[in-house]
Amino acid sequence: LADVSHVMGAIKTQSPLPRTFSRGMVQDPSHFDVLVMPNLYGDILSDLCAGLIGGLGVTPSGNIGANGVAIFESVHGTAPDIAGKDLANPTALLLSAVMMLRHMGLHGHAKKIETACFDTIRDEKVLTKDLGGNAKCSEFTADICRRVQDMD
Amino acid sequence: MHTTVMMAALTKALKPILGRHLGNTAKGQIIPPPAKYGGRHTVALIPGDGIGPELLNHVRELFRFSCVPVDFEVVHVNSSSTSEDDINNAIMAIRRNGVALKGNIETNHTMPPNHKSRNNLLRTSLDLFANMMHCQSLPGVQTRHKNIDIIIIRENTEGEYSSLEHESVPGVVESLKIITRNNSLRIADYAFKLAREKGRRRVTAVHKANIMKLADGLFLQCCKEVASGYPDIEFDSMIVDNTTMQLVSKPQQFDVMLMPNLYGNVVSNVCAGLVGGPGLVPGANYGRDYAVFETATRNTGKSIANRNIANPTAMLLASCLMLDHLKLHDYANMIRGAILTTMNETRLHTADIGGQGTTSEVVQSIMRIIQSGGPLTTEI
Repeated sequence: LADVSHVMGAIKTQSPLPRTFSRGMVQDPSHFDVLVMPNLYGDILSDLCAGLIGGLGVTPSGNIGANGVAIFESVHGTAPDIAGKDLANPTALLLSAVMMLRHMGLHGHAKKIETACFDTIRDEKVLTKDLGGNAKCSEFTADICRRVQDMD
Repeated sequence: MHTTVMMAALTKALKPILGRHLGNTAKGQIIPPPAKYGGRHTVALIPGDGIGPELLNHVRELFRFSCVPVDFEVVHVNSSSTSEDDINNAIMAIRRNGVALKGNIETNHTMPPNHKSRNNLLRTSLDLFANMMHCQSLPGVQTRHKNIDIIIIRENTEGEYSSLEHESVPGVVESLKIITRNNSLRIADYAFKLAREKGRRRVTAVHKANIMKLADGLFLQCCKEVASGYPDIEFDSMIVDNTTMQLVSKPQQFDVMLMPNLYGNVVSNVCAGLVGGPGLVPGANYGRDYAVFETATRNTGKSIANRNIANPTAMLLASCLMLDHLKLHDYANMIRGAILTTMNETRLHTADIGGQGTTSEVVQSIMRIIQSGGPLTTEI
């Protein structure tokens, strides 16, 4: 990390201990910007941060390999109890798709969909059950689609 | 090292003469006698680095003021020295007295890999296998989550802190995580006994056995075995990443948490953050024969040292845990009560909990409350 930051130059780097992260994260997460860490700490801290922003239902993720190979995924469970009932919250998978669009260089489309999604959630009118509403998955998605159309 | 050999030889020589007085157990092991003479206890005090020395000075000031029958044997440990003499002296002092109160000794990351962490050396040499941290929401402190009351039991001697690493191929490091059946059973037993003693209803083991199938798998297996001997206490387990997520969203669901070393480090820091920060929570390290008390999150606080802004609460509450261990419950409760009353005064809050108070103002307030409570004290 120290070697790479020397090359990158302008970006500020710090290296506190994982326990300092976890505590600092809980007390004031705004201190942190980009975090890079080995596997186990990443596992723990990514779930911790997901808990801070509302849970796995709204957290996107991507796995990036060499030569641009990448898999984007939501990290919540398969939720067999609500599968096939039009009740699930699509936000995590949708935002993961937005990450994918950015990875592919389609920033315009990514921004549009992301903004529409955030606006729908902020508006609080059409929310799935896990976010405190009682809308269906399709209704939530339709609202996002409507906003995207209105943007054009 | 030679002093340890000498002590061992001396003990062996004296054993036939003072055998009974040295308190032999059935197995012929010697239980050290308490360091108590004339009604006064002696406790080893290791100031450490950063904020440790100033906070421990406040503890001594408070104890002197409140006429607590405890004398301190101060042992300094120089964290920048490569020799192990200092830390060995400290360990010897703790063996002598049985109990210690310590500040954190800085572990310099720029030292070569064979330079072991002094705090770790202390814990493993004295076999302080259980780290106990009681995280409680304090009434006077504003936090996002309220009504938190979690006891965290962390295995303190093995796991990822075994300091066994090697680089057989340049650029490829292998680090050994050691989990033993013996130590896992021991810590689980400690956790369940404590839970029963304190009337707690549930113990949750925290692990990552889905990935570390052998290491954490063994730990989990041991916890289950011990749990079966305590049918009155509910037992469940949770994977560490889910645990941290649950802690930041619904911490009230946890009662007693039991885990190996590294997860204990992370989880205890998360919990300290949840109840208001590192300045508030005391910690205790228990072994079979020795007990060492310190702040729960073991911070050196170099950047705030000697500026009279550190929060003395954690260290003072740790000294109360120590008084409880010495069975001086009246003094412990008196000081603890004064600390909690002081916490209710927002203007006395130190910077780490959002206030502008100084360390000395907090300590003065505690002393005033103790004095007004009536017992014999010296002058402020």
